[in-house]
Amino acid sequence: MRIKEHPILKFNKVKKIKFVFNGREMEGYEGETIAAALHAQGVKVLGKSLFLHRPRGFYCAIGNCSSCLMTVNGVANVKTCITDLEEGMIVETQDGKGVIV
Amino acid sequence: MKQADIVVIGGGPAGLCAAISAAQSGAGVLIIDKNKNLGGQLIKQTHMFFGSEKQYASTRGIDIPEILMKELDKYREKVEIKTNSTALGLYEDGIITVLEKEDNYYKIEPKAVIVATGAYEKFLSFPNNDLPGIYGAGAVQTLMNVHGVKPGDRVLMVGAGNIGLIVSYQLMQAGVEVKAIIDAAPKIGGYLVHASKIRRMGVPILTSHTVKEAIGQDFLEKAVVWEVDERFNPIPGTEVTFDVDVMCISVGLTPLNELLAMRGCQMKYVPQLSGLVPVRNENYETSVENIFVAGDASGVEEASAAMVEGFLAGLCAAAKIGYKADDFDDRRKDYMNQLNNLRSGPAGSHILMGLEQIRR
Repeated sequence: MRIKEHPILKFNKVKKIKFVFNGREMEGYEGETIAAALHAQGVKVLGKSLFLHRPRGFYCAIGNCSSCLMTVNGVANVKTCITDLEEGMIVETQDGKGVIV
Repeated sequence: MKQADIVVIGGGPAGLCAAISAAQSGAGVLIIDKNKNLGGQLIKQTHMFFGSEKQYASTRGIDIPEILMKELDKYREKVEIKTNSTALGLYEDGIITVLEKEDNYYKIEPKAVIVATGAYEKFLSFPNNDLPGIYGAGAVQTLMNVHGVKPGDRVLMVGAGNIGLIVSYQLMQAGVEVKAIIDAAPKIGGYLVHASKIRRMGVPILTSHTVKEAIGQDFLEKAVVWEVDERFNPIPGTEVTFDVDVMCISVGLTPLNELLAMRGCQMKYVPQLSGLVPVRNENYETSVENIFVAGDASGVEEASAAMVEGFLAGLCAAAKIGYKADDFDDRRKDYMNQLNNLRSGPAGSHILMGLEQIRR
């Protein structure tokens, strides 16, 4: 679901980055956020809500709404819509509040 | 504790202009921004701006940060920039607390503060509105225009204001199908020039329509809309179902200015300015001395107005702490005239009604 051609913008996607999402190896690009890399692979469900465990995706994509919280490298409640993807990151959907190690 | 002349919180269009103006006047400026780059939401605005030349009309939003950064760079010895830094609190004793990245927590004691924290997107209530695939219009812009990722294949746009219309057009530029634009109001809220462009591309704009419900298991699969009467009550039997995987919510923004409320600035709910806003004088100084505001945080308007407000607040904040520019009077008058011109249209009269309520 990446934009191939655009009349105005050029996307500088150069360096590929490998990461792991729920045990599955995936690829994204340097400079993009975790949520953007996941969305490009068709992953929309980033976690489950606190009480009713309903699926959660991002909403604002600029770090305001906290709908995109995931567990990253074992750390819970990471705002994945504003956190850049890094090589080898372990990204997991988060169900509920998350656990502080 | 870090000392500073003027701390500008938020490096978007208003904050950058405030910083330029204050530094130009001779004050030291520290810009705090939670994002990794300055420019705020300009970085995803691929459309050309309106207004006049002074507010970069006919320039694409994405190109404006570079212009402003170049201007700011002229005063580099006066300006310090802290990105990835969130202003956490603005306290009664004037202290600002900042968290840089995840681990560096520190305090600043400023002589004056300009809060230019912008706005956030409003939400809409309907059954299943929390399904993934239902995104803010701004979020979709970020995903497409910053990261080059499509939000989905088929979109229902909710809201026919300027943002809804512009983002619909940008979705089509990215190769995404826009099934329809709906708006609960009986008339299109955005500029007709945008609406006509979209209609010519075959996208229906359904006014007096709202969302009945979203349908989907793990993410959005369908959206049901229905017509509303003149009192916004839905009319049963008018349901239309759209086969969409994205619903874009573009029902306006609301000022993001909790820091001002925390500081004790007098706040007032003003519908025309889209929410709770600080009372201020014509220099954009709030009810608390040396605390200024600019841009959407002071009331939601366009980025062009935000930039002029920034220039004005920066100029006046600098003067207030002893850095009065030689051409202070001329510039102050010029900025005020620019704001009056920007607010001269029909949308502007609405804003002026709002401003009337918070003048001090």
